[in-house]
Amino acid sequence: MTETFYDVMRRQGITRRSFLKFCSLTAASLGLAPAFAPKIAHAMETKPRIPVLWLHGLECTCCSESFIRSGHPLAKDVILSMLSLDYDDTIMAAAGHNAEAIVTEIVEKYKGNYILAVEGNPPLAEDGMYCIIGGKPFVEQLKYAAESCKAIISWGSCASWGCVQAAKPNPTRATPVHKVPGLANKPIIKVPGCPPIAEVMTAVVAYLLTFDKLPTLDRQGRPQMFYSQRIHDKCYRRPHFDAGQFVEHWDDEAARQGHCLYKMGCKGPTTYNACSTVRWNEGVSFPIQSGHGCIGCSEDGFWDKGSFYERLTDINQFGIEANADAVGGTAAALVGAGIAAHAGLTALNRAKQPGAEKQ
Amino acid sequence: MTELTSAASTAPIYVYEKPVRLWHSLNALLIVVLSVTGYLIADPLASLKGEASEHFLMGYIRFVHFSAGYLIAIALLFRLYWAYAGNEHARQIFLPPLLKTHFWQGVFHEVLWYLFLVKEPRKYIGHNPLAILAMHFVFVWGVLFMIVTGFALYGEGAGQGSWQHTLFSSWVLPLFGSSQSLHSWHHLFMWLIICFVLVHIYVALREDKLSRQSMLSTIVTGWRTFKDDRPVDDESGA
Repeated sequence: MTETFYDVMRRQGITRRSFLKFCSLTAASLGLAPAFAPKIAHAMETKPRIPVLWLHGLECTCCSESFIRSGHPLAKDVILSMLSLDYDDTIMAAAGHNAEAIVTEIVEKYKGNYILAVEGNPPLAEDGMYCIIGGKPFVEQLKYAAESCKAIISWGSCASWGCVQAAKPNPTRATPVHKVPGLANKPIIKVPGCPPIAEVMTAVVAYLLTFDKLPTLDRQGRPQMFYSQRIHDKCYRRPHFDAGQFVEHWDDEAARQGHCLYKMGCKGPTTYNACSTVRWNEGVSFPIQSGHGCIGCSEDGFWDKGSFYERLTDINQFGIEANADAVGGTAAALVGAGIAAHAGLTALNRAKQPGAEKQ
Repeated sequence: MTELTSAASTAPIYVYEKPVRLWHSLNALLIVVLSVTGYLIADPLASLKGEASEHFLMGYIRFVHFSAGYLIAIALLFRLYWAYAGNEHARQIFLPPLLKTHFWQGVFHEVLWYLFLVKEPRKYIGHNPLAILAMHFVFVWGVLFMIVTGFALYGEGAGQGSWQHTLFSSWVLPLFGSSQSLHSWHHLFMWLIICFVLVHIYVALREDKLSRQSMLSTIVTGWRTFKDDRPVDDESGA
């Protein structure tokens, strides 16, 4: 007898009333019409729950930390009881050989029918020796588990882009999941962020489990409902940007007034995430609201783009750290100097041969 | 055609038709406007005091930038049509005769001329080969790059589903990896175009004085006049 999500929730002591509230909440957070709430409820009452393998590679566990702190207590309880987190080395009860045996068991038992959630990424240098799980390189465990999964969720910037362990010069060759050579060709959902927002994580899982299909992804593989707009587009400080009111120093009047942090290097205008709408810690705040610019943690390569406090990106190809203005300004100055020198030489040349002018 | 023009002595020739001249001056204006407003978007003016509702400075600067961007894109589209509809000189900077040896000899000769290694430049009705090369690869492709990346950046704000996002952002953003990189490239190419403008103005002034044909008056009136009556070195059917 297969259990449905609803059975599991009832067993966990969640009332039907709370369950229906959760369904409405999930529909709303996914941007779906109210008519979808009963559909979600129906799906959860009838579908067998899907096991989730949650693997950890090179990472800091901030994704797990974020996930178990999902803002709405209801959502947290429901999602956690919904997910059969049969293997998640951070929060599972088993340890050692027993724990490792679970991976094989799930892969065998639910072939082609489990979700593989990956937190962190595998380092490929030295045959993956920089990350060993249960005596084997993580990359091998990842490939093995990916072989017969239904879909892969790349949790956080590590799995999605590589994050800080893949920053230049990337000595361990930490590689994001979608770039791992030899990985089974499975649909990958990237949920970038360092960490991703808890509500975004739970909503993605809820969508997968209830609708039995991937959410709509953008060209870079991120769920469109959460990553289709920039922080800047929905920032509550945006009116100050449009007005031309900026914080110039961390302690100036504009900082006290809560003006735009653009000049302090805020990466909101170039970062796709839902922080400015969903916010963090039960919707209490998000970085910009607490007075610090966005560092663009959900963007590819954010750690290699220079200072978090500069608008213009550092361009490392030029050997020294330079930004577009330094490079361009230098080029323009050189061209200007070249022109002046050339004009001088031309004049000199003409002076030497006065006959030429009359030609 | 070439025989006819070669035979001509110092008689003026009508080279740049009105749409070409108009495009030139419009571009000059738009490049100044786009560079100034673009720079101010990346590095805004001093912060304004008072309530946000009293000001809309960044809004206006961005509005001017976007409007000028639309204009330069539409102007380029029109100019591409005119390259087809206009006279042979209207095509010159869009279709450089890269496969002809005579063209490359001309480029080489022009380089020597700028290095003070030959006494005299060649005589051209249209642009000289080096100018064609620079205008084609730096200006035409440079402006096209700015238009494509510009619309991709605009599409980010216009949002998914907008035609700017569908036509540009959807493929340009993944190509550059991130919005931040795209911004940097858009910014760098502004400096490339500024460098082009500096060189362009300098050589136009210099050629006006030292070459064998008119320069500044030609882009104003469209008529090319010559300082000597020896045959011209233009390629035929460029």
